[in-house]
Amino acid sequence: MRYSIVSLLRDAIAGVDRRKPQWRDAAPKAGYDIVIIGGGGHGLATAFYLAKQHGLANVAVLEKGWIGSGNVGRNTTIIRSNYLLNGNIPLYELSMKLWEGLEQDLNYNAMVSQRGVLNLYHSDAQRDGYARRGNAMRIHGVDAELLDRDGVRKLYPFLNFDAARFPIQGGLLQRRGGTVRHDAVAWGYARAASERGVDIIQNCEMTGISISDGRVTGVETSRGSIKANKIAIAVAGNTSRVAAMAGLRLPIESHVLQAFVSEGLKPIIPGVITFGAGHFYISQSDKGGLVFGGDIDGYNSYAQRGNLPVVEDVCEGGMALMPAIGRARILRSWGGIMDMSMDGSPIIDRMPIDGLYLNAGWCYGGFKATPGSGFTFAHLIATDTPHPAATEFGLGRFRSGRILDEKGQGAQPNLH
Amino acid sequence: MRIKCPYCGSRDASEFSYLGDATLKRPADAEHDVDGPMFDYVYLRDNPAGRHREHWYHGAGCRSWIVVERDTRSHDIISVEFAFSETIR
Repeated sequence: MRYSIVSLLRDAIAGVDRRKPQWRDAAPKAGYDIVIIGGGGHGLATAFYLAKQHGLANVAVLEKGWIGSGNVGRNTTIIRSNYLLNGNIPLYELSMKLWEGLEQDLNYNAMVSQRGVLNLYHSDAQRDGYARRGNAMRIHGVDAELLDRDGVRKLYPFLNFDAARFPIQGGLLQRRGGTVRHDAVAWGYARAASERGVDIIQNCEMTGISISDGRVTGVETSRGSIKANKIAIAVAGNTSRVAAMAGLRLPIESHVLQAFVSEGLKPIIPGVITFGAGHFYISQSDKGGLVFGGDIDGYNSYAQRGNLPVVEDVCEGGMALMPAIGRARILRSWGGIMDMSMDGSPIIDRMPIDGLYLNAGWCYGGFKATPGSGFTFAHLIATDTPHPAATEFGLGRFRSGRILDEKGQGAQPNLH
Repeated sequence: MRIKCPYCGSRDASEFSYLGDATLKRPADAEHDVDGPMFDYVYLRDNPAGRHREHWYHGAGCRSWIVVERDTRSHDIISVEFAFSETIR
């Protein structure tokens, strides 16, 4: 069914009973051309773009839980393309352009809201760093504006401008950045992929990858064996576990990132703000909750929940940035498992085994990349060559030294 | 999460800094062999879901390096020992 103003009015009058499931809850067939492991945002986007851009619809997406149960429903919904490095900017900007047309592409309301992402700076050195980043973005055709203190004050008069330790001097603003309703991204991609013939198979956990003569032949799952000519891995925090099924050892550690939402409040924060003197970022959902987060906990974890020191650290960041936040109550907090790579940048590449493809290492920045990741990964799977916007994400870069280290932290995943 | 430091006793995890996998061994005489064991040592990790031996540093306490065995699925700590005791072994 296509959504339109007519269908909306019809459903409004007829009531909810006319609503149908958004995608087919498929049972696994004996085999597929392409099996995508992981029914998160990236896996579903990959399936959608395989069908839409490359006409490949004999595709299955395997999800061990249910659609929307992983990181696609656990992030803080922020989209932006304010990167520094030449290798990174084209991918995130491609992603931003796809976000801008996403709802038309999917015929689904994902509540894409380009409300602006503002990164605050608190020192001269940090201003210079942001000016450099803004220039790098503009060279690549990405929008960036360097605001002074008054410029920030116009947008957010309630921030703690005169904090003794970290006075706000200004910020780097990307107006095209913003937020997207993350659940709707999962549902929209699932619906659009399913409509084009992709099988979305839930509650189907991987138990093995079959390889013969250096080539993949299929997958073993909790719902039986499935043959496949090509297998694509997009499983975020579980990357190392799934790759180990194919005998691979990767430059990835799994870490837990916590996120928080307050009780619903009247509108106070129109855009997205990041604190520059600590790790804290915040926006307000359309329901009114303040959605915020900070650093990863910093130790290997598969637990999908974190510990109190980081809760305290995040809340301290919030108090330093906008003391008014102290009056709000935290409603919920949760954790997701991040595939932290050794240089803080993703891997989109073919693996040493024929027919095996990997999309991983998104660290805690995967959500904003969902459309671009799916688009370029689909291109790689369909054509066996990297998409022009994703040429620098090869696994071989760690061996050759062409790493993409935005933060300059080196091979220490918990610091990226 | 609390970590039972062998010297200081049970302390909040925020007193400690995390380094990572403690089973890695720096290859000897491999400085120029960037493609072989040194590459594996610097970049590749087992990253298990389950028991994980890892280095922590008690910076806000006795400043000892310790080896913690911890379950990454539950954060349960199974054992803690001084890192140097492993060197002696």
